[in-house]
Amino acid sequence: MTATTPRPTFEQSGPRLPVVESIRVDRVHPRARIAGSVRATLAIILSLISLIPVFWIVLTAFKTPTDVTAIPPKLIFEPSLTGFVSLLSDMRLLSQAEQEERSQQPDLSWVDQIALQIGRAINGPSQYARQLGNSVIIAGTSTLLSVVLGLLSAYAFSRFNIPAKGDLLFFILSTRMLPPVVVTIPIFLMYRSIGLHDTHFGLIMLYTVFNLSFSVWLLKGFIDEIPREYEEAALVDGYTRLQTFFRIVIPQARTGIAATTVFCLIFAWNEYAFALMLTTQNARTAPPSIPSILGSGGIEWNTIAAGALLFLIPVVIVTFALRQHLLRGVTFGAVRK
Amino acid sequence: MTALTQAAPTQAKQRAQRRHMSDGALVRLFIFPTLIILILWNVFPLFYSLYLSFTRYSVIANRAPEWIGFSNYTAILSRPTFWQSFATTGVYALLSVGLQTVLGFSLAMLLRQKFKGSGFITTLTLIPMMLSPVVVGMFWKLIYNPSYGIFNFLLNPTNPRLATDMLANPVSAMLAVVIVDVWMWTPFVMLLCLSGLNAIPDYLYEAAAIDRASAWFQFRRITLPQVAPLLLIAVLFRTIEAIKAFDLMMGLTGGGPGKSTETVSIALYRLAFSGQFNTGQASALAYIVLIIIICISNVYIRYLNKLRGE
Repeated sequence: MTATTPRPTFEQSGPRLPVVESIRVDRVHPRARIAGSVRATLAIILSLISLIPVFWIVLTAFKTPTDVTAIPPKLIFEPSLTGFVSLLSDMRLLSQAEQEERSQQPDLSWVDQIALQIGRAINGPSQYARQLGNSVIIAGTSTLLSVVLGLLSAYAFSRFNIPAKGDLLFFILSTRMLPPVVVTIPIFLMYRSIGLHDTHFGLIMLYTVFNLSFSVWLLKGFIDEIPREYEEAALVDGYTRLQTFFRIVIPQARTGIAATTVFCLIFAWNEYAFALMLTTQNARTAPPSIPSILGSGGIEWNTIAAGALLFLIPVVIVTFALRQHLLRGVTFGAVRK
Repeated sequence: MTALTQAAPTQAKQRAQRRHMSDGALVRLFIFPTLIILILWNVFPLFYSLYLSFTRYSVIANRAPEWIGFSNYTAILSRPTFWQSFATTGVYALLSVGLQTVLGFSLAMLLRQKFKGSGFITTLTLIPMMLSPVVVGMFWKLIYNPSYGIFNFLLNPTNPRLATDMLANPVSAMLAVVIVDVWMWTPFVMLLCLSGLNAIPDYLYEAAAIDRASAWFQFRRITLPQVAPLLLIAVLFRTIEAIKAFDLMMGLTGGGPGKSTETVSIALYRLAFSGQFNTGQASALAYIVLIIIICISNVYIRYLNKLRGE
């Protein structure tokens, strides 16, 4: 009997009080859809506006000095590499006669031809080429050091009971909160007395220290997420701690290591205050030298833009490669997606 | 039999003990390099500069530091230019962090609902904050140029020279610096807000919709409280950075015109590395800045903990 009874329909078993209106959550109201596309359009417009300065750097880098100072600003122009050539080479002005003589020479390289367009000849590589090289050496080495040391400490902090762990971690973090200018005075004195002023090693160590706090915190977050069971299983199988660290933890923490590396690299790459105060000639990196790129006739904006662009390209590539980890990186590992 | 069952645990215990010992050595091996270089490069300099802050000393003078007690501190606190640089830093921090918070949060609300290409757009907006502030500052000088910069051109395309020269007068120079800082760091606040917004569980809104709560009510009672902790972290990070501000001003204005954009960091740099090279006083000023940053972070962190506790 009960089997044949039809199941009560919604109308029969529904709420006791009559439903006057219902809210449907599965279908989007047309008004909401319009609002959504308005929001999307607005977001796109705003982000395009925010990219104008970056876009302008790119354009300026390919302009000639006369195009840069054109009024009104030029959007369409004949691209030229003069900015890059004068950035990377040391040049001298040619007289009218020399210019004509040089333009007759058939075996001029393309670089020389560009230099000739602005009436100059190339003597050799410029200071900036050297400073860019310094940047690469210093940022690269310090990043490697801080990631390796950070990885070791992060693993120890993540997996073992360490006395006063919280205090130690906070101490490590606090070293990064100091304004660089505060730390520089004693470091400057210390470096001067032990002969580390204006050396690659001095700057490398300083950047390593500044990045260490960051890399310990960030990597600890990543290692905390690796289940301990993997290591325990390996330990039971007779691996030593060191072996589990190299064969289990490091491969598992790969993305974390990659993200940390790149954030440390960006910091060391962009760092300005320390480099300005602790280097003069030998170990000077690119950031403090870009503002001092001056041409013979006032500021050569296209050269500065070329310098900035060369300097920015790696960072922009990295930004895209890193977008999954950006949030974590910029907040010291405090916030995860 | 009994011997065997007794032997097994002791053996395991021994093995565990041996492993524990080696773990201890491993921990020391892993942590000590980091701690040692942090102490050498951070703790030692800090104590050294604390000592220097109580002395009369200049790095260019060939004389040993001379102990003068609190004179450096009183000298700094009684000099109006330092109060001015603190005020400048305060105004700068307040304006730029305030604007970044409002704009960043609004942008996050716009980008909250995913649309086609929203991930790409979000990443694009993040580019400015990865750039070097001094290079950015330097380049914005061209953008602000009164005759051929695009900023004034966009403000007044017919005659850009009629618009003000942003970097020439004190008020607009501050505004110019704030604009650049907001341009660089709004994406950071947006990124944090966005992750806060994405973490809000949908059922809260569904429940509110069933209760027929208004959009404003949902925003006030669900969105804001849920995002608040992350927003506060963003504001904390930005405030600390704004107090430390140095690179951007050095690239864009060099602290000028006059002293209108001279923040504490720049004043400190001038005091320590130019003119008199007054190392003792600079160290004292550095300590004052340090104490201010610690106090501000503590206030924020207290407030954050209170928010989370509720």
